[in-house]
Amino acid sequence: MSFFRAVAAGLLSVGLLAGAAHADALDSIMKAKVIKVAVPQDFAPFGSAGADLKPQGLDVDMANYIAEQLGVKAEIIAVTSANRIPYLQTHKADLVISSLGKNAEREAVIDFSAPYAPFFSGVFGTKDIAVAKIADLAGKTIGATRGAIEEQEITKDAPKDTTIKRFEDNNATIAAFVSGQVDLIATGNVVAAAITEKNPSRPAVTKFIMKDSPCYVGFNKNEPALKAKVDEIIAKAKADGTLNKFSEKWLKNPLPAGF
Amino acid sequence: MTYHLEFSALLPYWQDLAWGLWFTIVLTAVSTVVGIAVGTLGASARSFGPPWLSGLVRVYVELIRNTPFIVQLFFIFFGLPALGLKLSETTAAFIAMVVNLGAYSTEIIRAGIDAIPKGHIEAGVSLAMTRLEVLRYIVLRQAFAKIYPALSSQIVIVMLGSAVVSQISAPDLTYAANFIQSRNFRAFEVYFVVALIYLMLSILLRYLLRLIGDRFVKVG
Repeated sequence: MSFFRAVAAGLLSVGLLAGAAHADALDSIMKAKVIKVAVPQDFAPFGSAGADLKPQGLDVDMANYIAEQLGVKAEIIAVTSANRIPYLQTHKADLVISSLGKNAEREAVIDFSAPYAPFFSGVFGTKDIAVAKIADLAGKTIGATRGAIEEQEITKDAPKDTTIKRFEDNNATIAAFVSGQVDLIATGNVVAAAITEKNPSRPAVTKFIMKDSPCYVGFNKNEPALKAKVDEIIAKAKADGTLNKFSEKWLKNPLPAGF
Repeated sequence: MTYHLEFSALLPYWQDLAWGLWFTIVLTAVSTVVGIAVGTLGASARSFGPPWLSGLVRVYVELIRNTPFIVQLFFIFFGLPALGLKLSETTAAFIAMVVNLGAYSTEIIRAGIDAIPKGHIEAGVSLAMTRLEVLRYIVLRQAFAKIYPALSSQIVIVMLGSAVVSQISAPDLTYAANFIQSRNFRAFEVYFVVALIYLMLSILLRYLLRLIGDRFVKVG
């Protein structure tokens, strides 16, 4: 009899544990007063080690902002892009804020918030050059890294009389822009931010977007309360200009139109 | 090994290769002519010029011969704009090639000049030739005949070295090869074919240089 009781108790406790694991994530965060956020280990300007070896970047600011809005402490966990989703699935992190883009494979295993930061490839140029769409490249010279997705897009879609200068790697493309050999480049917004960061006298301003893949906050599936709360915080941050401030600070460009 | 060769993957790009080849040929031809002119002037200045000029040429030769070509090229293309001198990739490529060959040929031609016995020059002077005539008909004539093989080799080296200009997006043969490779990912086929084109170009260039040598440079 006691054996059955023990088994029954055991089964019950397993059931309770499972129940606990299914408890609302937002509730447990609020109870613990700590939110664990996975940020990139080495992907500037989203997340990388600063001079004091502490993580810094747009994603870190975003994590702290969300924690602050929730009124809890942020526990920052630096992860790589390969293990950021496993961290979430094994509950080592409550949120992944790690320049995470959305795709069908990821949507099958985790949920996404509203976008919080722009991530795109596009055309960037000096302030005074007037280019707003790909047709405006007619007669202009543009630099790009050979074989990069941006270079292929430009080669495919730019008007016939566009001169495309193809360079061996991103550094040569950056050097061509910084030295004034080209006034336009097709690249990612992170590369454009790096250019402006290192050479503020010749900022690379967003002209238009070619391929858009903004960053989302990721969390586990079936957490409607957490999702609603995070979306609410992001909507507020967007409305009061916080997201734009983060974009200006780390990506050296305001949020693109229509973000 | 499951790699299947597919040279037909290059066919859609034959025009890119042809334009690249043309650029390489023109680049080599122009920089050879101008570079050797620079070398001749440099060597003459080095051997017969006033000390300040001779010293200046020496600095130029040492500077170029002791630094990598790609660094010289990057300095001209990426570096000089900081001083307000912005050159197109084609101009930068031509200048870098001329400057490079100019330095090497200065040294090669100077070696030829050094090998000429003093007596020949004195003989010319005693025949009432002007300094320029001595330089033209006695010194350089013999010097070129002596160093022509070395100079020919240097020209071929410069032609092959011109592949580096693809790094500043000058549209030469290697630039075309890199472009095609980034499109069809057929690295073996592309670089194999381009290597063959360079090889044929070298053989043709050597043949041409030998013809020119036999016709114009040989003495007696």
